[in-house]
Amino acid sequence: MTTTEIAGVAVERDAEGFLVDPAQWTPEIGEEIARESGIPELTPRHWQVVRFMRERYLATGTAPSIRSLGKESGVPIKELYQLFPKGPAKLAAKIGGIPKPRGCI
Amino acid sequence: MTHRIVVLGGGTGGTMVANRLRRRYGEDEATIAVVDRDDRHVYQPGLVFLPFGLTDSDEIVRPRQRQLRGGIDFHQSEVEHVDIEEDEVVLEDGTTLQYDVLVVATGVVLQPEETEGLTGPGWNERMFTFYDIAGAEQLARALDSFDGGRVVVNLVDMPIKCPVAPLEFAFLADAYFSERHLRDKVELTYVTPLDGAFTKPVASERLAGLLSDKRIELVTEFAAGEVDGERGRLVSWDEREVPFDLLVTVPLHGGAAYVGRSEGLGDDLGFVPTNQRTLQSLAKANIFAIGDATNIPTSKAGSVAHFEGEVLEDNVARFLEDRELSTAYDGHANCFIETGFGKALLIDFNYEQEPVPGHFPTAIGLPLLKESRLNHLGKLMFQWLYWHVLLPGRDIPGISAEMPESGKRSQPEPV
Repeated sequence: MTTTEIAGVAVERDAEGFLVDPAQWTPEIGEEIARESGIPELTPRHWQVVRFMRERYLATGTAPSIRSLGKESGVPIKELYQLFPKGPAKLAAKIGGIPKPRGCI
Repeated sequence: MTHRIVVLGGGTGGTMVANRLRRRYGEDEATIAVVDRDDRHVYQPGLVFLPFGLTDSDEIVRPRQRQLRGGIDFHQSEVEHVDIEEDEVVLEDGTTLQYDVLVVATGVVLQPEETEGLTGPGWNERMFTFYDIAGAEQLARALDSFDGGRVVVNLVDMPIKCPVAPLEFAFLADAYFSERHLRDKVELTYVTPLDGAFTKPVASERLAGLLSDKRIELVTEFAAGEVDGERGRLVSWDEREVPFDLLVTVPLHGGAAYVGRSEGLGDDLGFVPTNQRTLQSLAKANIFAIGDATNIPTSKAGSVAHFEGEVLEDNVARFLEDRELSTAYDGHANCFIETGFGKALLIDFNYEQEPVPGHFPTAIGLPLLKESRLNHLGKLMFQWLYWHVLLPGRDIPGISAEMPESGKRSQPEPV
C-alpha cells in the first residue's frame, strides 16, 4: 500500500493501483487514473459505467461483475470492452475509486 | 412449538443440512421438508471422469430421496417462488410450504444459451460441456471418435462450480490422448478470462507450469463473447479468435430460476446475498443459504458446502432458539486436482489464506500443491466418504470446518 498524490490529493492505493478508501475519490482523481491506464479522455459513456459501478458498490458493498454491468448499466458488454479495453469491470472500478471486483475466486 | 424447516435443494448442501438438523431435532420438535425438481443426486466430482470413460453415470448418480434420513419429507417439484414477506414457498405442483427457517441450497444452473452461438449449430456435435451428465456422456462419444485436431477447453466467465475442473479436464485430456497414442496429433489449448491459470497467485503459477509441462497452450484474459460452431471459432468480446475442432466449454452459471421470481431473495445473477461468516441471508433473518447458491467470496465447490454445513446447522439452531449466531465459517475450501496418469494435486485455502505448498491436514498428511499418487487415491476414496459420511451429516475425523494451518508453508518454495 502506498500513498501517492493524484490530482492534487494524497490518496492511499493498493499494489494494483486501486484506491483503498472510496471516500477519497473525486471525479478528477478518476480522470487521472483513466489517463495512467491508457484512456486519454472519459466520455459520457465511460462516466455512465463508472458512476453505475460506484453507486452500486456504495449501495451494496460489492462491485458489479461484467455480466451485471452488461445487464444493468445500459452499456452492452461489447461496448464495455471498447470503452475499457481488456477488463472493463476491473478498470471501471479502478477509475471509480472502489476496490477490485472480487468476481473471480 | 414445532419448528418448521424447509430446505430448497437436495444436492450436497441441502441433503447434508437436512440430515444434520433431523439428527439434532426430534420429530416432535421440528418438521423438515426438502424440495428438489428431480430425484437424481449426482456426485459432481465424478463428472470430469465421465468423458474419458473413467466412470459411468450409474456409478455417480443415486436417488436423492434415499440419501435423506427417515422423518424428512421430500417434495419432488420445481419451486415457483418464495414469498419472503409471508414466509412461504410456493411449488409448481401447487403445494405451499410455510416455514420458520428456510435454507436455500439450490446451487446453480448452467446457462449456455447466454453466450451467443454456443447452443447454435455444432452444440453437442463439436461443442460440449461436461458439467452435466447428458453433456459429459455426449462428449465421451465425441472423444471416442476423435482422431486429431484442435481441442479447446474454455471457461466463459466466473463464477463457476469447481474452478479447478476445467484444468483437470485439460490434464486428463493430455493423458487420454497420450494413452491412445494420439497426443502428437492433438493441439490442446486452455482459454480463460482470468489473468493466469487459476485465481490465486501461488497456485496459479504452479498450475501454469503443469500446463506447460504437458504441452497445453494457455490463453489468458480471453473473455468469450461468441462462439461460431460452423467455422469452429471462439471469439472474445475484444474480437480475438481461437480456432477449434472440438470445444469443451464451461458455460455461464447463474442461480436457480425461481430465485429471480422471488422478490428480494437474490442478486441480478440469481445468487443469494449471504453473510460470509454466519451464512444467514441478507434478504431476511430466517433465511439461510449454503453452497453454490450463495454469493460469498469463496469457491463454488462441494467441500465448501461440506464445511459450511457444520456452521449452518449450528446457526439454524441458534436462530430458532433466539441466540446470537456463530461467525465460525472461514471460507475453507479443499480441492483435489486430477493431473492425469494416476496423480493429483491438493489445495486447501480460506478467505485469508491462499493455497500454498505443505501438507494437509497437518505436517504429516497429503502433499499440498504437488502432484502425487496419494492425492489421486484420496480423490477416489472421497467418493465413498461422500455418500456414507458427508451426506448423512457425520463429521470426517481429522477434517474440520475450520482450515488447518499447521502443515502449510506460508512462504512458498521457488517453483
